[in-house]
Amino acid sequence: MFPSSFDYVAARSVEEAVAEKASGGDDTRVLAGGQSLLPMMKMRLAAPAKLVDINRVVGLDTLERTNGHLRVGALVRHADVARSDLAFGAVESAAPWISDPLVRNLGTLCGSVAHCDPEGDWNSVLLATGADVVARGPSGERTIPIADFVVDFFTNALRPDEIVTEVRIPVPAGRSGGSYQKLERKVGDYATVAVAAHVELGPDGTISRAGVALTAVVPRNTKVVAAEQVLVGNRPSDELFAEAGEVAAQASEPRDDVRGSAEWKRNVVRVFTRRALAAAARQASS
Amino acid sequence: MEITVTVNGQDYTHDVEPRTLLVDFIRTKAELTGTHIGCDTTSCGACTVLLDGTPVKSCTVLAVQADGRSITTVEGLKGADGVHPIQAAFKEEHGLQCGFCTPGMMLVAVALLEQNPAPTDDDVRWAISGNLCRCTGYMNIVKAVRAAGAQMATT
Repeated sequence: MFPSSFDYVAARSVEEAVAEKASGGDDTRVLAGGQSLLPMMKMRLAAPAKLVDINRVVGLDTLERTNGHLRVGALVRHADVARSDLAFGAVESAAPWISDPLVRNLGTLCGSVAHCDPEGDWNSVLLATGADVVARGPSGERTIPIADFVVDFFTNALRPDEIVTEVRIPVPAGRSGGSYQKLERKVGDYATVAVAAHVELGPDGTISRAGVALTAVVPRNTKVVAAEQVLVGNRPSDELFAEAGEVAAQASEPRDDVRGSAEWKRNVVRVFTRRALAAAARQASS
Repeated sequence: MEITVTVNGQDYTHDVEPRTLLVDFIRTKAELTGTHIGCDTTSCGACTVLLDGTPVKSCTVLAVQADGRSITTVEGLKGADGVHPIQAAFKEEHGLQCGFCTPGMMLVAVALLEQNPAPTDDDVRWAISGNLCRCTGYMNIVKAVRAAGAQMATT
């Protein structure tokens, strides 16, 4: 299978990539890892007029901790995150679960984030941890909170002349933990259900900040604020996590499909939320 | 556009459309047909090649992205007597039946053994989890990869 014909530009700098994106607008797509974009183009689900390849742009592969953030550049592959000592909590937990090892060698975290596939894993992790997406356009850079960035399925908040240059994930100063619980039929399949959890503990041992987000059981990756509210201010306990799991299950909108019934998936959300929070709390307490 | 891709140490310069996939460049321009096209949808791993030493699915890379870069295909696997230890081990341990997935499996194995010369069963299963085999049930593939690792460690 071949994609439809397109013009191809290998940008050498972020400025050049932005200029090429700006001149092409909506009909131009950025090629980073290409592990979602190229299959979509081959199946003719996407037919961009131009691809701007950013793989030869120097400096976009930054993976570092600075100013309280984990900075993940637009060319950082899933495999880079998976083997990095800098990853933590839900980020570290999710990385080995992204697709399969070969796809992880090319696919990028930022590309997955921009793709906004509701069955994609990273946006739930970013929603739980409260990350920001950094976008660059002709008039400069802006930082978009992930909750604003994820607009709808396959729809992000980028303007047609902007590209994602990095994601910034806050690194908690105090005790914290995170976990990503994913159920998949086989390696490389999309999640049937997945839950990202992030917990921060205050000096008194109560939960000072909590993040819960769902993958594949909602029309877009969704932060379950009601579950987070159940958690904050309370001490970690099995009962508390079970209650948050119940709230998350009620907030999910699973559908019957080949991967299972809606009722069963809702139960998985209930159990996985509880497990993810328990794992996160264990990590935070250790 | 004109690109030059080094495949198994040899340069191949051709004028290709941007939409040409790397696997098709390898098969039709470099005329190396050991790299197979299986699912063509980034699932099966039959088209796995090493791109600058890293295993990738060549049905999901554009040939133009490989301009100036180095590819290793199954034809590039060579040992002292012409047979690479991974090839010898697949033969010895019956790591293949129909052979369709074998080039991809072996290239993933070579990349794994480079990083981890003595992998456990779990390490091997993890590494080949992006490659499908419909014949063997994987048992003998895992044995073959570990046997190759042991063999390569002694030579």
